[in-house]
Amino acid sequence: MTETFYDVLRRQGITRRSFLKFCSLTATSLGLGSAAAPQIAHALETRPRTPVLWLHGLECTCCSESFIRSAHPLAKDVVLSMLSLDYDDTLMAAAGHQAEAIIEEVKRKYKGNYILAVEGNPPLNEDGMYCIHGGRPFIEVLKETAADAKAIISWGSCASWGCVQAAKPNPTRATPVHKVIFDKPIIKVPGCPPIAEVMTGVVTYMLTFDRIPELDRQGRPKMFYGQRIHDKCYRRPHFDAGQFVEEWDDENARKGYCLYKVGCKGPTTYNACSTVRWNNGVSFPIQSGHGCIGCSEDGFWDKGSFYDRVTDIHQFGIEANADKIGATAAGVVGASVAAHAAVTALARARSTPGLDNKPQSGDK
Amino acid sequence: MLAEQDAFEAERQARLVKAVYVYEAPLRLWHWVNALAITVLAITGYFIGQPLPSVPGEASANFLMGYIRFAHFAAAYIFAVGFLGRIYWALVGNHHARQIFLVPIWSAKWWGEVLYELRWYLFLVSEPKKYVGHNPLAQLMMFLFFTIGAVYMICTGFALYGEGLGEGSWASSMFGWVITAVGGNSLQVHSFHRLGMWVTVSFVIVHVYAAIREDIMSRQSLISTMVSGWRMFKD
Repeated sequence: MTETFYDVLRRQGITRRSFLKFCSLTATSLGLGSAAAPQIAHALETRPRTPVLWLHGLECTCCSESFIRSAHPLAKDVVLSMLSLDYDDTLMAAAGHQAEAIIEEVKRKYKGNYILAVEGNPPLNEDGMYCIHGGRPFIEVLKETAADAKAIISWGSCASWGCVQAAKPNPTRATPVHKVIFDKPIIKVPGCPPIAEVMTGVVTYMLTFDRIPELDRQGRPKMFYGQRIHDKCYRRPHFDAGQFVEEWDDENARKGYCLYKVGCKGPTTYNACSTVRWNNGVSFPIQSGHGCIGCSEDGFWDKGSFYDRVTDIHQFGIEANADKIGATAAGVVGASVAAHAAVTALARARSTPGLDNKPQSGDK
Repeated sequence: MLAEQDAFEAERQARLVKAVYVYEAPLRLWHWVNALAITVLAITGYFIGQPLPSVPGEASANFLMGYIRFAHFAAAYIFAVGFLGRIYWALVGNHHARQIFLVPIWSAKWWGEVLYELRWYLFLVSEPKKYVGHNPLAQLMMFLFFTIGAVYMICTGFALYGEGLGEGSWASSMFGWVITAVGGNSLQVHSFHRLGMWVTVSFVIVHVYAAIREDIMSRQSLISTMVSGWRMFKD
């Protein structure tokens, strides 16, 4: 059922002669000698491409929308020749029982050797009834499909962190994948949606090298999430210079100054937007004049305004930012100190006639 | 030789002053370097969160935010290295140098004296007790707001600094766990670090007030002690 790389090359019109030349050349360029050429050919002829099952939970399909717009590599190349996307209910032709049968088949034939990509997340409240997949709660399908997978890719902020459906008060108890699946390697590719090239890049890396890309502390591929938007932002020189957009549509906004003061979350957001950009590298939010909202960060929807730099914190049960809380506290302390000093001075003036005339002995 | 008038006045009003050497030179030097570092950190830190009005001209000709951040990071290094040095001095210095690190919380007598000091500050007793080092209440406050506070600010601060240096840097390796611990979004750490700044400002207000007040009221030297090292008991 699943083609090998050789099958794909033949299907795309490459002759066996060219294929063997390619194998020889590859062996030579890798310094492996002529004996390795047949081995490479054998591997490409026999190793099946890794099947990928793409499940959709509680989500908006923006990850899929992003994915199909990938330019480097083109999504069609990824889907048609690089990976074997055996199941993706929004992209596949099959439907209904035929479609669901594919999951079972892949699970059986490629036990422990397929990649599970999850878009969206499972809601756990009411036994998972808030998201039904093929007549069953999504959480059941997810757990079953994950059981025999080699690795799991968490597409987008939904699968990685929970995203807006997990925002307070999270009525459906939408839960990210890593909090329900514990025994598989999970690659988080957050973003709402993730950048198309980041998605295809992660998949291509895993299929080409047959291993998981290097991950950071929070489980994101370092190659795309190793730096903050701020670190590579083209407006960074204005930040360092101290030139900011003070309010929307002011002269500084027209000059393209830094959006830090109007709440840009670039300094706390790990993503590749400022380097890879969007829509074939055309632009990204900051380039079009709006601050980053930090959509690839955990809980970005619950961390105060998108338009404040010092954002509200909710730990104290009140809607106030660190400056309001802190300045109030410092003000109260300062006023108390002043009052205390005044009382001290009065008490002292009453009890002693003068500073240096305290009696040597007596009425203490 | 005192002038005649002064000799007469001294004769009539002088009193016996006892003096004890409390704070050794490295500790006093640390105190003032630390005070300066905290001042720079609080001011620059405030302006990192709420930057100054935009400067005119080309970006290439200005580096205001860069200098403010540089001052913040430089002062932070001095603060952190100073704190490590202070811990070292607590080990090798005299027993007063250990006061702000070791609080005798199991001692009922000590808690009793904390309460006594509290009553002194509430004007319920007329005379404070005299102490060679910190009084128990001061010791408790120093521990809670300076020692714990310094550790908190160093951890959160270098966690944020590590974001700029990148994963794999020393700051990220040593303190990056702080960001993960608060949920993974460093925006939270920025807010908590800023709250820490305001707690420190409040601490400084109380610290300076208490030092001046005790210097006057408790008839022992406080401020000059941190300059010369000697504590004078004025009666």
